[in-house]
Amino acid sequence: MSIWEYANPVKFMKTSSMLLPWVTGLTVICLVVGLIWGFFFTPEATNFGSTVKVIYVHVPSAMMAINIWVMMLVTSLIWLIRRHHVSALAAKAAAPIGMVMTLIALITGAVWGQPMWGTWWEWDPRLTSFLILFLFYLGYMALWEAIDNPDTAADLTGVLCLVGSVFALLSRYAVNFWNQGLHQGATLSLDKEENISDVYWFPLLICLAGFVLLFVTLLLLRTRTEIRARRLKALEQRERMA
Amino acid sequence: MTMLSVDNLAVTRGGLAVLEGLSFGLDAGHALVLRGPNGIGKTTLLRTLAGLQPALHGSISMPPESMAYAGHSDGLKSTLTVTENLDFWASVYGTDSIEGALDRMNLRGLTERPAMSLSAGQKRRLGLARLLVTGRPVWVLDEPTVSLDAASVALFADAVRAHLAQGGAALMATHIDLGIPEAAILDLAPFKAKPPEQGGISGAFDEAFI
Amino acid sequence: MLALLSRDLKLAIRAGGGFGLGLAFFLIVVTLVPFGVGPEGGILARIAPGILWLGSLLACLLSLDRIFALDFEDGSLDLLATAPVPLEGVVTMKALAHWITTGLPLVVAAPVFGVLLHLEGAAYQWLVISLLLGTPALSVLGTFGAALTVGLKRGGLLLSLLVLPLYVPTLIFGAELIRRGAEGMATQVPLLMLGGITTAVIAVVPFASAAAIRVNLR
Repeated sequence: MSIWEYANPVKFMKTSSMLLPWVTGLTVICLVVGLIWGFFFTPEATNFGSTVKVIYVHVPSAMMAINIWVMMLVTSLIWLIRRHHVSALAAKAAAPIGMVMTLIALITGAVWGQPMWGTWWEWDPRLTSFLILFLFYLGYMALWEAIDNPDTAADLTGVLCLVGSVFALLSRYAVNFWNQGLHQGATLSLDKEENISDVYWFPLLICLAGFVLLFVTLLLLRTRTEIRARRLKALEQRERMA
Repeated sequence: MTMLSVDNLAVTRGGLAVLEGLSFGLDAGHALVLRGPNGIGKTTLLRTLAGLQPALHGSISMPPESMAYAGHSDGLKSTLTVTENLDFWASVYGTDSIEGALDRMNLRGLTERPAMSLSAGQKRRLGLARLLVTGRPVWVLDEPTVSLDAASVALFADAVRAHLAQGGAALMATHIDLGIPEAAILDLAPFKAKPPEQGGISGAFDEAFI
Repeated sequence: MLALLSRDLKLAIRAGGGFGLGLAFFLIVVTLVPFGVGPEGGILARIAPGILWLGSLLACLLSLDRIFALDFEDGSLDLLATAPVPLEGVVTMKALAHWITTGLPLVVAAPVFGVLLHLEGAAYQWLVISLLLGTPALSVLGTFGAALTVGLKRGGLLLSLLVLPLYVPTLIFGAELIRRGAEGMATQVPLLMLGGITTAVIAVVPFASAAAIRVNLR
């Protein structure tokens, strides 16, 4: 029994339909508990006021925005190297989720930045990098949409994802060099002294888990849709040839 | 001498197998014409043979660097002259002279004309001259006489005969008469791929979804 | 390989506007900017490095979709792919031809446009160096974008969407190099980064472009 068995669309459909209700349930529980705890049962921070609570959406979405791109990179590589269909379709299915996560991170960031920095937008390295990441998501999705042949589209978007990853990383450093910013450093690493206090940390942890689960749920759903669409296309094509 | 041999070949288009179980050989001095209705996979087969796309199954063997491929269009640059077009391909293929090709394709009087001012027949002749310039023995031609009048078809047939007489070989896909009656004909219809559940070849990309 | 380069250059010249079009576009951008931001020399001098880089970037973008589209339409790309030349070499030569017809004229003409934008005296050498180092990367990355979109009917807009984000690092270091040069600051870091990016791009990206072409011809 190897993990590659799940690369078979039929097997994937079977397993994912079994998993979906559980993952969906867990997602709902985590998000409801985490967000309610975070929004209503945490104290107001001394130097942030109530605006700190946007953290429960901002940080998880920002984290997912980056991790989803990494996941797309991995699945693209699996597709390019091992030619597993589900892998390419999962990358395709993940892109819009990642794009929306990036957008949420940008918007909640703006909402948070307005009271804190007095501006909706600042050309700060982190903000700018996310804007660039957003552009990469757009380009990736547009390329998928533009190409009719699914194999060709999977190959080309895979290559774009590889090249894009390198340049997204490079842009991150270039942007850092270009403007040292306002945005605070990462306050969530486990070894740092100046981490946020436990009162905020536990609900945030649950929210993070909730966002990861939300991504998994949406990914499973969207991949299942892509597989069905692909199956339909294959059946149609066979009909035309027969 | 066998210039090209194909064994149990299966080719795909758009993720599904179109032809399977195809085996044939092509000897020096011979021409083979592939026939079959539209959509049977003639172009797909030729592109697979030319190495532009991978085969699903089976083997293709030929001496190295022996094939020259010509698709639906001639790949001519309309603003370059006849000589410039041929010179370019001669240097790509590392052959020295285009003089022979100019003579044999009756292009002597046109050398300084830009390709855009040539008639359809003259363009096709230039496309064939490109094949001569490559110096490759096996010609793989896709619909070589499309858009040609009777006189130009005859000229094309002569060119192919001359090539065969010099020990070359030609594989041509067409659904109209090429004017080369001595060429063997291979009808592709019997090799049409069947769905895997009816005993056809499996492993094509999209089948995992069905 | 060289035959391909000379063929592409010949085609660019014969098609008319091969060299001139990008330059004319560059001139228009430089002319329009003062209308947009006002004629004060101080402001223009400050934004000149960025404008000059943006202008070259857009001028370069203009002709990208033609790199492979014409060869794809008339079938020569098929023939080149079956010819005894590596496709990686073909795309490199295409990028080089693109650079000679658009990048190089921009490098040569940029100081003149710098005068129009009141660029500071110390910056001219850095302007030329930064464009000379940076524009090859623009052409090679553009070739990659063109390779991805070669089979598409309306690839032009998509091409810009794909390629422009890839230009971000080059633009940042290129413009920064001129800015630092103009202010007499240390230029070593952006200079090395710009050169490094261009070198790496030239070394690696043609493989991706060739892979994309192969997929598109399949």
